[in-house]
Amino acid sequence: MRVGRAARVTQVAVPVGFLAVFFGWPVAAIFGHSLRAGALVDVVTDPFLRRVAWFTLWQAVLSTVLTLVAGLPAAYVVARYRFPGRRLFRAFVTVPFVLPTVVVATAFLALFDPGGPLSFLHWRPGVAPMLVAHVFFNVAVVVRTVGGFWANLDPRREEAARMLGASWWRTFRHVTLPLLAPSILAAASIVFLFTFTSFGVALLLAGPAHATLEVEIYRQAIDVPDLQTAAALALVQIVAVLAVVVALARAQERRAVAQRLVGAADGSRRPVGREKLVVGGILSATTLFLGGPLAVLVWRSLHIGGHWSIGSYRALGTSAATSTLFVSPWAAVRNSVEFAAIATAIALVVGGLASVAIASRPGRATRTMDAFLMLPLGTSAVTVGFGFLIAFEHAPSSLATSPLLVPIAHAVVAIPFVVRAVVPVLRSIDTRLRDAATMLGAGPRRVWREVDLPIVARAFAVAAGFCAAVSLGEFGATLFIARPDWPTVPIAIQRFLARPGQINFDQALAMSVILMALTAVVVLAIELVRVRDLGEL
Amino acid sequence: MLRIEGAVVRFGDRRALDRVDLALEPGETIAVLGPSGSGKTTLLRAVAGLQRLGEGSIRWNDDDLAAVAAHERHFGLMFQEYALFPHRDVAGNVEFGLRMTSSDRAARARRVDEVLELVGLTSLRARSVASLSGGEQQRVALARALAVSPRLLMLDEPLGALDRVWRRRLLTEIRAILDRAALSALYVTHDHEEAFAVATRVAIMRDGRIVQVGAPADVWRAPVDAWTAAFFGFGPIVAAEVRDGHVLTPWGPIEARADTAATAVEAVVRPDAARIDDSGPIDATVVRAMFAGTRVELAAVAESGPPLTVVVAPQDAPAVGSRVRLSIDPDGLLVYPDRAD
Repeated sequence: MRVGRAARVTQVAVPVGFLAVFFGWPVAAIFGHSLRAGALVDVVTDPFLRRVAWFTLWQAVLSTVLTLVAGLPAAYVVARYRFPGRRLFRAFVTVPFVLPTVVVATAFLALFDPGGPLSFLHWRPGVAPMLVAHVFFNVAVVVRTVGGFWANLDPRREEAARMLGASWWRTFRHVTLPLLAPSILAAASIVFLFTFTSFGVALLLAGPAHATLEVEIYRQAIDVPDLQTAAALALVQIVAVLAVVVALARAQERRAVAQRLVGAADGSRRPVGREKLVVGGILSATTLFLGGPLAVLVWRSLHIGGHWSIGSYRALGTSAATSTLFVSPWAAVRNSVEFAAIATAIALVVGGLASVAIASRPGRATRTMDAFLMLPLGTSAVTVGFGFLIAFEHAPSSLATSPLLVPIAHAVVAIPFVVRAVVPVLRSIDTRLRDAATMLGAGPRRVWREVDLPIVARAFAVAAGFCAAVSLGEFGATLFIARPDWPTVPIAIQRFLARPGQINFDQALAMSVILMALTAVVVLAIELVRVRDLGEL
Repeated sequence: MLRIEGAVVRFGDRRALDRVDLALEPGETIAVLGPSGSGKTTLLRAVAGLQRLGEGSIRWNDDDLAAVAAHERHFGLMFQEYALFPHRDVAGNVEFGLRMTSSDRAARARRVDEVLELVGLTSLRARSVASLSGGEQQRVALARALAVSPRLLMLDEPLGALDRVWRRRLLTEIRAILDRAALSALYVTHDHEEAFAVATRVAIMRDGRIVQVGAPADVWRAPVDAWTAAFFGFGPIVAAEVRDGHVLTPWGPIEARADTAATAVEAVVRPDAARIDDSGPIDATVVRAMFAGTRVELAAVAESGPPLTVVVAPQDAPAVGSRVRLSIDPDGLLVYPDRAD
């Protein structure tokens, strides 16, 4: 792509500038705070905070193991068997992953709390519900990552092992598992990072006795408030996450085995005989586990005092004065939608420019830029929110109190996803397609418009949907920076949950269902774009 | 027409093109023939304008093309593995080049129909290119390149990915289409049979250099060096000595036809040179027979020297194990100065 110098400068300057101001500065502000007065030493030596760190670590490890146990059977079934509704099942498994944490937390509260179908377990908010919710959330990662890879593994290698006399189990143990290892490791690292930095689920489900680092940062910053301790904790968190990311990337590089992959159609077949039972069992169990909590959430939102009622939804229209919020709950819905639109626009422009820069000029400079753009991915949302809080506290008041900070924070969180979605597609465009267009008389701009753009348009559409979903459900950062009179839906739900009383809980349920529906609309729109695009191909 | 002079392209220290000279006459098809990595594709890309020359020049009718951008050269290039646009259907691919120059929708549609008919794809007009077979994709690529009526058509291993039957069929079609359109063409391939079949002249490339140019029959009869002869599959190749007008081979002395100053030579037996000849001087045993439809290739072991390959008609093939007398046609014994010289 030959483009003007001005365009090239813009491609680099806009993303780098944006992230420097809205990510670099806030994080630097945290560093500035934590490096003062030995706060870091206090944090590391404080027995309570060490317990927090230890809890964060072991619950993440346990969550990861449980997620693998729950997800691998479904990954196997999706990869190796053909059954009616397979595509639907794959899409369904992904649903929890894109749901806002607050919705998931509310759904599990609705499941376990008195009046819920599992109340007989007498689970109070604590470790168990949190772990189950983590598994619920992340099963999709295992099914998509491992299942996708598994489907493309050449089954003839397993057949070869069987022909050499290996039993099913030995084949799995000595052939399949080693080949799958890189994808399992990749899935496990993602799940570990998500659960290590778990905030919404941990805050709402783990109860006051258990706090992850994320939750503790929030409590120190807002409830105590002890900004220095919060900043020191955030620093510990950033360092821990970066260490994990680097270690896992290394491990993945070592484990990677070059191998031939086949199209998915080759590897899968209809189950026969006893396999039908196994496949059916795994499918039903997974469906019940993932669908159950959401069904209960909807069902309970429509039940008041044992009767069908839309009272909870009606109550959302109550005037601002009588509401738990400072505004009518419907205003929160409007805020969420508007913020999502703004955040998506920002993330697409910034991330899109960065993607073009990264994809078109391979080299050390763009690799550095790529890594810089990925930093928000390794930084928890709470850290971003907290950084905003202390960085823009003394900024010109128009910025410090602007409701726009919320969508900007959402964009910071979403930009890495845009870059990850668009760069591989841009890179994967066969340069010969561009050459072919050139040979047919297309100048550089025309080549971009005729070849690159149509092919990346789909990636942009998917990225846009993802941004919107991220923004709609964003909780950790928003909690720090949302103005009381500009709440988003997740914030509204949290405030309802924080108040005692059945009426507040019912309203939280209703808001959660609405947020779930909004997210579903966005995700469905992504799928529609994909399908229409496939139709054209 | 096209005139390449002293063309050099460097990739780092390596010269992908090393002082290449080549001239293409109107209506002529030159096949650029060589193993992979010999610089054939680089040559095409340089002519196309997709690759800048380090030195030398490429001219079209005396206009230096250095300043003419690739998309303004009006050359057609058919890519290896075709590079069809996956987001456009068959007609959309073929129409692409027309859209760059013409806004007349109806005229473009007419031209698309015309070209699709030329390659026999009219019925697949609205199909997605991903759903086509290799042979069909190849013809879409050809149609796409032909649609804009390029001044010069370049084809980069156009039959590379196809199976044998398709290769034969499409080779004939390409040849017919080139003739009908009276197009000048550069045809890159690593397959000498393909090159001989399609081209009026063959240019043999090795290590970025063109080592021989000539009509297919001439090139086949007298490859420029032992390496080229081996590339054509000729052999066996043996070290030999030239003395008193004879080449002293392991199979006995054979009259030397070419003047050679060297005494130490490499002698290459062309596939048509060794024959069954009842009065021939070589006594040999048939150890293997490979049936190839219209002919049988025998491997015959003489008292000394590597096995000779003898091509005979199936009905003339002796049984494996039988003894035969052979002679080597002096015209078919190619003699090259020893590479060690």
